[in-house]
Amino acid sequence: MIRAQNITKAYGAIQAISGISFELSEGEVVGFLGPNGAGKTTTMRILAGYISPTSGKCWVEDFDIGENLILARQKIGYLPESTPLYGDMEVSGYLAYIACLRGMAKTLIPDAIKKVVQTCGLKKVIGRKIATLSKGYKQRIGLAQALIHEPPILILDEPTVGLDPNQIVEIRELIRNIGKNRTVLLSSHILSEVEQTCERMIIISEGNIVAEGSPKELAHQNQKLACRVGILATQPQIQNALTQLPDAHAENFENTNDGIVFFNLSFKGNEDHRQAIYHWTVKNNFVLMELVQEKVSLEKIFKKLTAA
Amino acid sequence: MKNIFTITKKEFLETFFSPLAYVFLVVFVVLVYWFFFSDLFLLNQASLRGVFNWVPLIFLVFLPAITMGKWSEEKKSGTLEILLTLPVKDFEIVLGKFLSSFLFLLVALFLTTPLVGLVALLGDLDGGAIWGGYLGLIFLGAASLAIGLFISSLTESAIIAFIISFLILFGLLLIGESVVLSFLPKLFASFLSSLSLSQHFQSIARGVIDSRDVLYYLSLAGYFLFLNVLSLESRKWKN
Repeated sequence: MIRAQNITKAYGAIQAISGISFELSEGEVVGFLGPNGAGKTTTMRILAGYISPTSGKCWVEDFDIGENLILARQKIGYLPESTPLYGDMEVSGYLAYIACLRGMAKTLIPDAIKKVVQTCGLKKVIGRKIATLSKGYKQRIGLAQALIHEPPILILDEPTVGLDPNQIVEIRELIRNIGKNRTVLLSSHILSEVEQTCERMIIISEGNIVAEGSPKELAHQNQKLACRVGILATQPQIQNALTQLPDAHAENFENTNDGIVFFNLSFKGNEDHRQAIYHWTVKNNFVLMELVQEKVSLEKIFKKLTAA
Repeated sequence: MKNIFTITKKEFLETFFSPLAYVFLVVFVVLVYWFFFSDLFLLNQASLRGVFNWVPLIFLVFLPAITMGKWSEEKKSGTLEILLTLPVKDFEIVLGKFLSSFLFLLVALFLTTPLVGLVALLGDLDGGAIWGGYLGLIFLGAASLAIGLFISSLTESAIIAFIISFLILFGLLLIGESVVLSFLPKLFASFLSSLSLSQHFQSIARGVIDSRDVLYYLSLAGYFLFLNVLSLESRKWKN
């Protein structure tokens, strides 16, 4: 549905995107994740046809954005960051205006408005001036204008930014419903949001894709299982014995008053090392007081991948 | 064509129902009537000649006021990003905005037409001069609006757009004034004069429709509308 091939974008000496490539299949809800300034908005603007890449190519369905811009735009519904709307217009008038410019036939517009008002929960405010509405409603109008022509592809740039927690839940739910029958590319710098809404994530940092996959795959690829270990022994004894575990990395030693030394023990890979740790303590005549396996959260992975 | 009409309609209604535009419209009409009646009572002259001399000066403020926010407000609020990602060509949006401003100008000029009736009642109506005067104002206004729109596309500040448009229009009027031209070498003066908004207007306002004057205004408007399209497209490749 969407394909980006080696796209770059430079703003003077600043390289906003450095040759990224990715693909979105039909019906996929993909999260575009990265810290502020990573290049998410620039990429989305290129896909929406607002700006051109410095090099590289993008396709929307079979249309090359560089060559068939208008045809490509017809396939896309785009919601830019911060949801810019005409505050002086009424909701219905605004949606009719967008529908008209989307090339819809005049006779089809009233039904399209009805449908999108129903989908986005705008019934209560349909006759109101946009400027008088809450941020949550404005966000719904932004989604409604992107949906009015029933595009097969939706590009949403930070759709929940600036909303209160209740509104965030509502908009997430709305996006999940919308995404049931279309391809959605959604950007965010909030990991939990992407985790809850998307099937797949593309993590971008400083203009490069640093990871790609489902939340599970990403966790699996980047996971480093660590154990919190508590042993009744002295720290030098433990450190001495640790040489018998060449793949292990021990850190955060903490000596307690009752003679127990707590520390984190991590291994490369995803294997469970609890048995090995137990046998190691027995072999060294240590008394094992605590052994807890900790999973590295996606947030830690995100932090690690996007750290400058 | 449908897109141009849709944008023209939306932009015109937006201007027409904006309180600021009303203020400018009222000020414009009041000033025109003021100049007419001051000629009528002070000089005992029922003529629109004085009005036609003053309106290009009123346009210096009135027309940049119409165009100042057309692009700059869209840029500032971010609505331009939605507009420019719709399946609409850039030139259609530019033309839509231009035509809406032009329609507003026609409304403003229409509100001054009762004065024509008054002249017919009180004095001798010189049809050619009045027809020429209005036509000249329409051409002058169209070219000025195109300049103002282009300037508005360069900035996010409506005030800056207003000031720069005012200065450019003022400059283009000034280079046709004999006071300025008398200080310059003859050849250069004649060249500058041919670029002046006022020289061509005065020619048409006399009731003589010369194709060179019409061509001047049309090419000026066309040139700045073209620059406006380029300025929009520059977002794509600008660093």
